[in-house]
Amino acid sequence: MVKVIVIRTAGTNCDRETAFAFHLAGAETELVHINQLVRGDKNMNDYHILAIPGGFTYGDDIASGKILANELKYKLEQDLERFIRDGKLIIGICNGFQVLVKAGLLPNLSGDFQEIEATLTLNDSAKFEDRWVYLKKGSRGQGPGSRKDKCVWTKGINGVMKLPVAHGEGKFIPRTDKVLRQLKKSGLIVFEYVDENGRRKGYPHNPNGSVEAIAGICDPTGRIFGLMPHPERHVARIQHPSWTRSNKDGSGDGLAIFQSGVSFAKKYL
Amino acid sequence: MIWRVEVKEKAGFYDAMGQSVKKDIHDLGLGKKVKEVKYVQVYLLEGDLEDRNIKDICENLLIDPVTQDYSYDGNVSDEKCYKAVEVAYNPGVMDPVEDSALKAILDLGVEGIRTVRTAKKYLIKGSLSHGEIRSIAEKILYNKVIQHLVTGKSGIAPEPPPYKFQLNHFNIINASNKALERISKEGQLFMSLDEMRAVKQYFKKLGRNPTDCELETIAQTWSEHCKHKTFRGLIEYDGKIIDNLLKNTVMKATKELAKPWCVSVFKDNSGIIRFDDKYDVCFKVETHNHPSALEPYGGAGTGIGGVIRDPLGTGMGAKPIINTDVFCFGLPDHPYNRLPKGAIHPKRIMKGVVAGVRDYGNRMGIPTSNGAVLFDEDFVGNPLVFCGNVGILPKNTAFKKANKGDLVVVVGGRTGRDGIHGATFSSGELTHESETVSGSCVQIGNPIQEKKVTDTILQARDLGLYTAITDCGAGGLSSAVGEMGEELGAEVHLDKVPLKYKGLRHDEIWISEAQERMVISVDPKKIGKLKSVFENENVEATVIGRFTGDKHLRLFYEGDLVCDMAMKFIHDGVPNVKRKAVWKKPVFKEPRIREKKDYAKDLLNLMSMPNVASKEWIIRQYDHEVQGGSVLKPLQGKHEDGPGDACITRPRLDSKKGIILSCGINIDYGKIDPYWMAASSIDEALRQVTAVGGNIEKAAILDNFCWGNCNKPDRLGGLVRASQACYDMAKVYGVPFISGKDSLNNEYAMGHKTISIPPTLLISCITVMDDTAKAVTMDAKKAGNAIYLIGLTRDEMGGSQYYKMLGYTGNSIPKVDPLYAKSLMKALNKTIEKGIIASCHDCSDGGMAVALAEMAFAGDLGMDIALKAPIPEDQECLRDHVLLFSESNSRFVAEVKDEKKFLAAMRGVPVWKLGKVTPGRTFSVRGGGGREIISTDIDKLKAAWKRPFKDM
Repeated sequence: MVKVIVIRTAGTNCDRETAFAFHLAGAETELVHINQLVRGDKNMNDYHILAIPGGFTYGDDIASGKILANELKYKLEQDLERFIRDGKLIIGICNGFQVLVKAGLLPNLSGDFQEIEATLTLNDSAKFEDRWVYLKKGSRGQGPGSRKDKCVWTKGINGVMKLPVAHGEGKFIPRTDKVLRQLKKSGLIVFEYVDENGRRKGYPHNPNGSVEAIAGICDPTGRIFGLMPHPERHVARIQHPSWTRSNKDGSGDGLAIFQSGVSFAKKYL
Repeated sequence: MIWRVEVKEKAGFYDAMGQSVKKDIHDLGLGKKVKEVKYVQVYLLEGDLEDRNIKDICENLLIDPVTQDYSYDGNVSDEKCYKAVEVAYNPGVMDPVEDSALKAILDLGVEGIRTVRTAKKYLIKGSLSHGEIRSIAEKILYNKVIQHLVTGKSGIAPEPPPYKFQLNHFNIINASNKALERISKEGQLFMSLDEMRAVKQYFKKLGRNPTDCELETIAQTWSEHCKHKTFRGLIEYDGKIIDNLLKNTVMKATKELAKPWCVSVFKDNSGIIRFDDKYDVCFKVETHNHPSALEPYGGAGTGIGGVIRDPLGTGMGAKPIINTDVFCFGLPDHPYNRLPKGAIHPKRIMKGVVAGVRDYGNRMGIPTSNGAVLFDEDFVGNPLVFCGNVGILPKNTAFKKANKGDLVVVVGGRTGRDGIHGATFSSGELTHESETVSGSCVQIGNPIQEKKVTDTILQARDLGLYTAITDCGAGGLSSAVGEMGEELGAEVHLDKVPLKYKGLRHDEIWISEAQERMVISVDPKKIGKLKSVFENENVEATVIGRFTGDKHLRLFYEGDLVCDMAMKFIHDGVPNVKRKAVWKKPVFKEPRIREKKDYAKDLLNLMSMPNVASKEWIIRQYDHEVQGGSVLKPLQGKHEDGPGDACITRPRLDSKKGIILSCGINIDYGKIDPYWMAASSIDEALRQVTAVGGNIEKAAILDNFCWGNCNKPDRLGGLVRASQACYDMAKVYGVPFISGKDSLNNEYAMGHKTISIPPTLLISCITVMDDTAKAVTMDAKKAGNAIYLIGLTRDEMGGSQYYKMLGYTGNSIPKVDPLYAKSLMKALNKTIEKGIIASCHDCSDGGMAVALAEMAFAGDLGMDIALKAPIPEDQECLRDHVLLFSESNSRFVAEVKDEKKFLAAMRGVPVWKLGKVTPGRTFSVRGGGGREIISTDIDKLKAAWKRPFKDM
């Protein structure tokens, strides 16, 4: 059975629905407080997938995700390194994505997690917004391996996907043009904000002003993945904002992401 | 040593905060004079720190290395040609960032850090005078109730000296009436002479004078806020004496209805009803009006924070799952020069309140899914801020009882001087001096503290580690311990209470309303296990006393007895208030309306009325989907921007069962007749339930009365009438009240004049829905479908949005026939459950025309409507403007998939075919004479509806 550790701390809010989404995808889940990891009561290396859910860890004080990122970096560095070295999977959603980026785990082009290569900062609207967006997968890049999807979390996903965003600090900015070029070239841009027809548009389609409409990225191994939209909030059709206009049954677009991660873990881990 | 760090955006990066302030300055009318605004975050770090520590802290914590730069010491960013305004919190005001920053700096391994303070600095470029800068600062950038402008060198205020214990006695047993009144006034006790005399009597018997702590305890417990003396007292009305208005109206209906699914009503911190065979749900709505008038952001934030603790303190503790908010503000375009002295501009109040609810609710991870926002000039000095919360708790945890010998444990935030006298302050009128006199009542919340408390309380509950729980709300520990120990008696050692800073007096500790605290009673055998549950997640839980069994309240400070009173006196000693109430129907000027040929312009203007217009700007700032259970969201339709009638949430992700939340409120009707205002609010809340597919037989409602000063007989008369309507309606509809609250001094005093708010009753409704997949939204679905009006329209234009738009109030208020309304709603509910209805919308503000327009543009479809149609038997012939804009209650517009089935299912109910949904974008209405009286398009209607609050 694929085992998922869902990390929570002060201000983690989306832990239960994230665990529920993994449960629907066939995994076994456990909610674990960061203090339990720091104290050594639990070890992340007993699990196959590590999920950092959405919320406002430590109130988003100073900058969103920053304090938890530092906690992971300074207090759990060795565990984390081993987890990643073993090729296990990490997903960060919304606040979790902010944590991964600010800890240097994404995009990690340098390979040693020491460099902060991008950020997620205040929306251009300067406020929190909850709205549904359309997403399309980014291009697969060039060179070896570009015939396949890089990200193991989105294999087999095609077309335009619809998920909600709910954040105040989701504007993705790569640190340099070089970082952006490399993200593109290596096919690490997993999702872009688009309109319903798959075309890039301005606000509100790109809800925060992200550079190149970037909504989610993965690391060069494709196993560490972060995104601002909330796939766990669209695992059932009835969560869709206009399900009364079409179909009430079936699963939501977001479920495929959890299924894809779990099935990869089942096969290879 | 103190280090000053400044963080700002690097050149070339978009400064969203600065831009947002620039926009606010523009809205003040100074836009042309401002070229640029830059935002700078300031940190003051104090401790044994070296240069390299500061660099470490800045680079690895305080700045975003991608977008931000920092500077420290001397190197400050007062660039030439900018004017700097720096804002810092007043000493003693909580800044949650300081806690987090301190923790994070320690995480970095920097041990020398002792204190962190923050400030906000704005660099403004432009041709502004000193006076204009000052005006911008006062109107936009800071609020002197909690903040100050930093001038000269910034520093960290030294910690106050430790408190030197001194017990004061008030000489009241020999005091004259005049002296008693003086003591009450000077101590901000807000106690009447009768009450002071009751206290005098009690202590005369004891043969001693009361201590400061004793008098404060009585003042808190007997305050209108805690005791509801008006509702529970004697009222002389219409030649009769009403002994306890609440018991004789609102609660009486519930008792007589005796619904088996009502688990706990009017007893606990919220009302509890059955959800399914494993869970119950509870619901509470509170107001936080006076704090929000003084400090909108903090007032509203602690309003939502406070009401979340109600379900958390209900039964053995419920998990908070949905927030609601309803606001009433002055007009957003109120002229600045006509603002009452001391009042904050309604627009700033609105922005602050919305931000306060947003930041607290979102951080708590609770969806804010239902609400309303209304405007009237009489709310200018005294806005209304209603905050609600729904919780879920396992079946059989609805009741609690502390045992003799249990320990009194305070959990969560530390106690500070914030929020002293909140309960008594809210029981008085607001004046222009309120901000100086009562400023200490206002607080800034710390939602993350409350989230931690919630997470850990629920764990402790599931482990069975405590016997009872309640929240620290108004009156602080005095109310919480007083309530829990009412039957048993309690002793508390005030010096054991953890403090935010030194210097608090013993009586301040006792009545402080510092946020994010809960009180639990714990079996001494379980205290070790309990403490470890909280410690594991960095929450403080401190034993401060025990429940004794001697039915006395005894308080100690470092061993000295500072309070010793019988619980019975504290809780039952308050003398009954006797008040007079009269009510006379006011007469308003009646407009004379000439029939027009074209109503398109009227309809477009109506769409832009502030009460009708889209509130998307607010709704989107709230996370309405966190926890994943959202089924019907507040914004609906093809482009997800139509106004839904009610929200639906599934609290259990593995179940189809859900909760419908709705609310009814009519500020304009209250001016004409509070009876029909109340009846209309109940009807509105139930209409919304019905419109989305709910069954009102499973609905329960909450009352929140907000009134003017009820010492004035005419105000009280209105309250009596509204309460009577609550009984009359609830009884016939068969819908019980399960909880409620009143706020009765909503007046703004200016010299000899006062502005009273319109009498306002908010009805909040919670309904259990078995199959949420049967829900219906309000957006038109398919061209060709027939549109029907359900329910009778009457010439009831008094208090309508149409009259308001024309500058009138009028007199013919909409009435309610609850027997007819109930049968109509039940029939419609059955019809919706059969799947015959494609969309349904209730007719409220703006009447049928507004409802149809919203339905059309939310569905991105046109509509072809004819007012000439068969008229139900008892219907008089109505003029076009009445048919279009009357706000008669108990009406719906519905889009019907199968007319034959619809007419069969709705037999016996007055329905009226209006026309059909059309494929184009034209919204067309033919009047009673057969001529077209409205021809416009849905894009225009939608634009008019969105315009007022588009770019706030």
